[in-house]
Amino acid sequence: MGTGRGVALHLDQVRRTFGDLVVIDGMSLDIAAGEFLAILGPSGCGKSTLLRILARLNQPDRGTLTIAPSDSGFQTSYVFQDAHLLPWLTVRQNTALPLELTGVNPAEHAARVTRVLSEVGLADAESRYPAELSGGMRMRVSLARALVTEPRLLLLDEPFAALDEITRFRLESRLRELWLERGMTVVLVTHSITEAAFLANRAIVLSRRACHIRLDRRLPLPEVRDDSLRLSPQLAAETHRLLLAMEEEA
Amino acid sequence: MNPRKTITAALPFLVVTFSLEALVRAGWIKAFLVPPPSAVFATILRDWPELLTALAKTSAGTLLGFALSTFAGIAIAIFLSSSRAIQEAFYPYAVFFQTVPIIAIAPLLVIWFGYGMRTVVASAFIVSIFPVIANTLNGILSTDPALRDLFRLYGASPAVTLWKLRFPAALPQILTGVRVAGGLAVIGAIVGEFIGGQGLGSVIDIARTQQRTDKVFAAVLLASALGLAIFGAINVISRVLLRRWHVSENA
Repeated sequence: MGTGRGVALHLDQVRRTFGDLVVIDGMSLDIAAGEFLAILGPSGCGKSTLLRILARLNQPDRGTLTIAPSDSGFQTSYVFQDAHLLPWLTVRQNTALPLELTGVNPAEHAARVTRVLSEVGLADAESRYPAELSGGMRMRVSLARALVTEPRLLLLDEPFAALDEITRFRLESRLRELWLERGMTVVLVTHSITEAAFLANRAIVLSRRACHIRLDRRLPLPEVRDDSLRLSPQLAAETHRLLLAMEEEA
Repeated sequence: MNPRKTITAALPFLVVTFSLEALVRAGWIKAFLVPPPSAVFATILRDWPELLTALAKTSAGTLLGFALSTFAGIAIAIFLSSSRAIQEAFYPYAVFFQTVPIIAIAPLLVIWFGYGMRTVVASAFIVSIFPVIANTLNGILSTDPALRDLFRLYGASPAVTLWKLRFPAALPQILTGVRVAGGLAVIGAIVGEFIGGQGLGSVIDIARTQQRTDKVFAAVLLASALGLAIFGAINVISRVLLRRWHVSENA
């Protein structure tokens, strides 16, 4: 597991409603520092709302979210299902945006942006505009933008759902490597059971209603994961276990 | 515009012009109702110094009113976008600018601003500001919610979010509003000149009382040319600004 830069999160009896609709009710969850957690569940079960609460973009109506260490200065990054880049900025400018907004000393920008762009394999595309990129490249920029602040908490909301499978496999492997290198806490919401099993160290399956945890499973897979793991019986067994829990909900 | 497109666009104009000429010469249309195009062009050549002076005045009034409505319109839209309460309180009054019958209040403008340029500018301003306000406001309010979340996550202030996200994201819509405003500003200026007494509006008004339909048409053509020139200029500006990122400008 990572080097311990990640933050630990603790949800206690969290409830969130939108109008009459109870999206999350009585949700308690502990996420350890540096953990890679995948959240699975049927469509509309409140996964995205849960992620937004962890990002503190939404407040719970009841219950609490505690973060440790509690110093407020740490950085959270969020990756959406679509890349959501600013179309009038180049790849490099898009990547540097969080540094600008959080007031990082401009002298530091260049080196950090260059490093993160090469980490996601975009060093050659830095002066291009989003309209000139493929879907996979745009998602790489989105990932670079999320990583450039060296976040201690990385939240991903179905980030690879819109990509073709080969691109998805590559980005998944890269994400896992980056997590190993950086030791941040990662929470990934996904529809893909194999993606959850391949990427995460722990997966939870939520119920259709009110975000009750149906299954909470540590995935006993190797730390370093490459494409050979995709064909392994262990991954198949874990995927199957998650699938069964999902089917109970379907 | 490429040559093929220019020819395609010029074709209807040439067809109408030559048909009209033929119809008038054949006596099917009375020349004092609709002058033959040849007479209109002859008038443009003969009265060129007078028409050019008038065109210059009209252009100045139009561009001043248009520039004012662009800047004021964008500023008002930014103000309106700052809160829902402000929008509810003030937007109905912005709609007033769209519904005001300019021809009915033009005499009032003369009372307020006197004869001449100020009335013309005010008239051009009043009729052209609404599309700028409406489109800018719409653009600013329809910023991608995910990007707003992103800016929030990085602690960006409302002012920074406006400057770095909402305003640039609204640019295509702002330019659409400005493009519409350009055409309206010409109309507003001509109406202002009917009453305010200068420029092409005044030429049209006087020629009309003298039954000089050829001169009326000559002035109208020049006013249209002014509108087209503004439209073309805005297209060039929006192509430069949006070239790299917006689908509407990707050939």
